[in-house]
Amino acid sequence: MENTLDPADLQAVWLTLKLASVTTLFLLFIATPLAWWLAHSRKWYKGAVAALVALPLVLPPSVLGFYLLLLMGPHGLVGSLTSALHLGRLPFSFAGLVVGSVLFSLPFAVQPIQNAFEATGKRPLEVASTLRAGSWDRFFSVALPLARPGFITAIILAFAHTVGEFGVVLMLGGNIPGETRVLSVDIYNHVEAMEYGTAQLLAGGMVLFSFVVLLTLYFTSGKLLKVSR
Amino acid sequence: MTFRKLNLWVAVAALLFGAIIRSVAAGEVNAAVAANFTAPAEQIVALFQKESGHTVKLSFGSSGKFTAQIKEGAPFDVFLAADEKTPRILEEAGLAVANSRFIYALGKLVLWSAKPGYVDDKGAVLKNGSYNKLAYADPKLAPYGLAAKETLEALGLWSAVQSKLVTGESIGQTYQFAATGNAELAFIALSQITKDGKVTEGSWWLVPANLYNPIRQSAVQLSAAKDPAAAKAFLDFLKSDKAVAIIRSFGYELP
Repeated sequence: MENTLDPADLQAVWLTLKLASVTTLFLLFIATPLAWWLAHSRKWYKGAVAALVALPLVLPPSVLGFYLLLLMGPHGLVGSLTSALHLGRLPFSFAGLVVGSVLFSLPFAVQPIQNAFEATGKRPLEVASTLRAGSWDRFFSVALPLARPGFITAIILAFAHTVGEFGVVLMLGGNIPGETRVLSVDIYNHVEAMEYGTAQLLAGGMVLFSFVVLLTLYFTSGKLLKVSR
Repeated sequence: MTFRKLNLWVAVAALLFGAIIRSVAAGEVNAAVAANFTAPAEQIVALFQKESGHTVKLSFGSSGKFTAQIKEGAPFDVFLAADEKTPRILEEAGLAVANSRFIYALGKLVLWSAKPGYVDDKGAVLKNGSYNKLAYADPKLAPYGLAAKETLEALGLWSAVQSKLVTGESIGQTYQFAATGNAELAFIALSQITKDGKVTEGSWWLVPANLYNPIRQSAVQLSAAKDPAAAKAFLDFLKSDKAVAIIRSFGYELP
């Protein structure tokens, strides 16, 4: 039984962290306005948008991965668009994984932020308004700081969920070292090839890492929660 | 009303009783089958079930994955691998019935594209390199992937194609990458694109047999089989003329 990690394994670790970080960053920019709209809109189609955002919670990753593969392919809508814009195609690329991961983790980022916005309510914003704060000022100086716990939860969940992603990456990735071979896929391959030693080393490391990250984040968020209250 | 209800109950009881009788007489076989053999296995099983009364449940995947699962006690009764090596490993580990192993098909490797007219009949498209992605199955897991690697090495192209390779976890996923057009080219099994002895979709190059080691797809009866008689009956059927005719119609050869 082989017990060694080769550079390809370390590359997979690095790629996983990179994917989770980039995905979380994108999610913050996408989820914040979306959550704001969901928290404050009274449009009749709000329910449909909320359901659409929550869809990845219910769908098996294989369904999401399969549809993304078709959509991003040369005959798909997204694929034709990226080809027309000379961006190349998304499957089998890091960019493709980011798109897949953002969709896959969207509800994990939107829902905590939306809850935080809803919990804040209208009152603090109205008070700020009487103090002649503009709408952007109210958003950045009042709404955002008050929703901080929601943002921290969203960051933790989006990051952790992306690290733990497997099905979508397997369907879209093509297992390319340094590009799409993330840790979960790397472990899967080692297990399939009966290299249990290496698989255990990586899997054990992942359990430990995930636990430490979550623990650290929960502790710091606990402190931040106290400060914000 | 009550009579009708009674009649219904009698009918249900008769059905259940019939089912019980059948299940006593007929066995069940759980078969692990290499992904490239999916279509022929389904046809053979349909015929076998009709003739024998046994039921066969098919699971499809890569040979490497099945070997690992069988070693960990997966409840399979027979294993139709895509190579000779993995069943032999199981036999040596005492997990397969001694002397039950035989070659049921010789696999053919093709270079395939979903686009008609894209692959020429000499495989020159590999050398001119105008494609973006070339899909093949993980050579550690899938014998057709290994054959693809051997072919690329024999052609002296292995290092040149590195940046274009995408890996499927089984030959089934490899086909899917090419069928959706996401990879222009893929090394897959001839059986995956053959129906009734003809290839009907896309364009392909039948890789000359001297470029890769023969793919001797071997079947074996597993020691853990719950119903060894039914398992053996299925393997015997796999050797029958009827089954061989089906196997050949998918482009395989036999030793």
